[in-house]
Amino acid sequence: MSNRVAVIGVGQTKYASKRPDVSIAGLLREAAQRALDDAGLTYADIDAVVIGKAPDMFEGVMMPELYLADALGANGKPIMRVHTAGSVGGSTAIVASHLVEAGIHERVLTVAFEKQSESDAMWALTVRPPFQPSTVGGAGGYFAPYIRAYMRRSGAPADTGMRTVVKDRLNALKNPYAHLHQPDITLEQVAASPMLWDPIRYAETCPSSDGACAMVLASESAAAKAPGKPAWVHGTAMRSEPTMFAGRDQVNPQAGQDCARDVYKAAGITNPRKEIDCAEIYVPFSWFEAMWMENLGIAPLGEGWKMVQEGATGMDGDFPVNMSGGVLSSNPIGASGMIRYAEAAMQVRGTAGEHQLDGVRKAMGHAYGGGSQFFSMWIVGSEKP
Amino acid sequence: MTDAYGVVSRPVRLDYTFTAGKALSRFLTIIEGGKIIGQRCPKCAKVYVPARGSCPTCGVATAEAVEVKDRGIVTTFCIVNIPFPGMAVKPPFAAASVLLDGADIAIFHLLQEVPVENVRMGLRVEAVWKPASEMEMSMESIAYFKPTGEPDAPYDSYKDLL
Repeated sequence: MSNRVAVIGVGQTKYASKRPDVSIAGLLREAAQRALDDAGLTYADIDAVVIGKAPDMFEGVMMPELYLADALGANGKPIMRVHTAGSVGGSTAIVASHLVEAGIHERVLTVAFEKQSESDAMWALTVRPPFQPSTVGGAGGYFAPYIRAYMRRSGAPADTGMRTVVKDRLNALKNPYAHLHQPDITLEQVAASPMLWDPIRYAETCPSSDGACAMVLASESAAAKAPGKPAWVHGTAMRSEPTMFAGRDQVNPQAGQDCARDVYKAAGITNPRKEIDCAEIYVPFSWFEAMWMENLGIAPLGEGWKMVQEGATGMDGDFPVNMSGGVLSSNPIGASGMIRYAEAAMQVRGTAGEHQLDGVRKAMGHAYGGGSQFFSMWIVGSEKP
Repeated sequence: MTDAYGVVSRPVRLDYTFTAGKALSRFLTIIEGGKIIGQRCPKCAKVYVPARGSCPTCGVATAEAVEVKDRGIVTTFCIVNIPFPGMAVKPPFAAASVLLDGADIAIFHLLQEVPVENVRMGLRVEAVWKPASEMEMSMESIAYFKPTGEPDAPYDSYKDLL
């Protein structure tokens, strides 16, 4: 089929609500430099740059890829921008990996970011087209009705979402890059936090973060020269579905099911819960952990919440999810998907530090975006595919 | 502290011209007169409201116009407790997916004239139209939906039409 691809460098910024000390370009460069250092490379060694972020309207910077070319050492080289809403960090990494897989480039730098402190996402998401009224305001209002539908459909206990939040935020304490560090978080505290978009509580939503994440993707020969252990890409998949169609199931979207099936097939996986050691899944609102466990076929339909309740997705569970603390602990929107992919790579490389699990051989990175319209997933392994 | 780094606020204002296309133009013209019109897919027979001139599932053009009722079922909802820019009413209020009678896809709209704690899936609701002088080519010609007082719809009748 195609050429092998490996992650040979990962770089992240410390996620925070505000990074006034750096421009957007400076923020990206911080992550990119760390990824290059990790890979033992300089900008001169890079053949092409692929970047991703959420819609331009967020920061109000049109086509940021144009002005970011200098900062990312891309002058005179191919640079392109990928755009798939919230899933973009994942799709960006996939596009970068395909450039290597296709044999076009040896080393590709990929970077994704958001600077939410310079952005007004609520404004950018509250457009007023004549065919729908302006009712909910932002992503929470959009997703809340589907969470309610999941609760009704599954009969899950009311504290399921809260358990995911507490688990993820405690995991985040072991991740120095995580935005939220809440050592005292408890179920009671989450339960007492205000309902923003009922049934979503304040504590069950992701924070608003500044941050960037970068990776260096390399061919097999380039990976052989890398100083560190590579994470090998075993499979990638992207799928989409229309925003609106009769019978569309936004609790368990078809595109997500199909994307999961594709990525398992690409990676030669038949029993994902057994064969994948851990996963970084895009969970911006607490209940999506349970929902995505079903959508990904990790849990049987209607039983995703049981994995949460039984602790199966905890660090010592049989299918750990979001060891880094996940999107619930850090959300630089455009970067959030790439962080999932990078954290999956770190787990198989054994470089995740305090939140490293033992003996990870295969890990999954997952991202979704828009109104659950875009899905992107990859599976990385410690061994060559 | 942030001043030390020269952070400045630069507001952006955007005004758009929206070209609706044939199907949506018809919908918008008719809704200004207090009626709701959809289109039936010639292949799967699903009725789309508002119609966009094609069926997203079958990928074929839709031409047959179908009037749907201005009442229907709350299939799911959220209660908005926080203010946001451009908000029509003061929180808390319910925003709901409403499956209009005769349609195969829900629209999203405001609910009023019902305490938020009484909003539930399956609730039967009807449109409250704006006064004639305020009607416009917009879904906002419907001010909001309110309960009809009819018995709730059975879960199985709407569970797959969120």
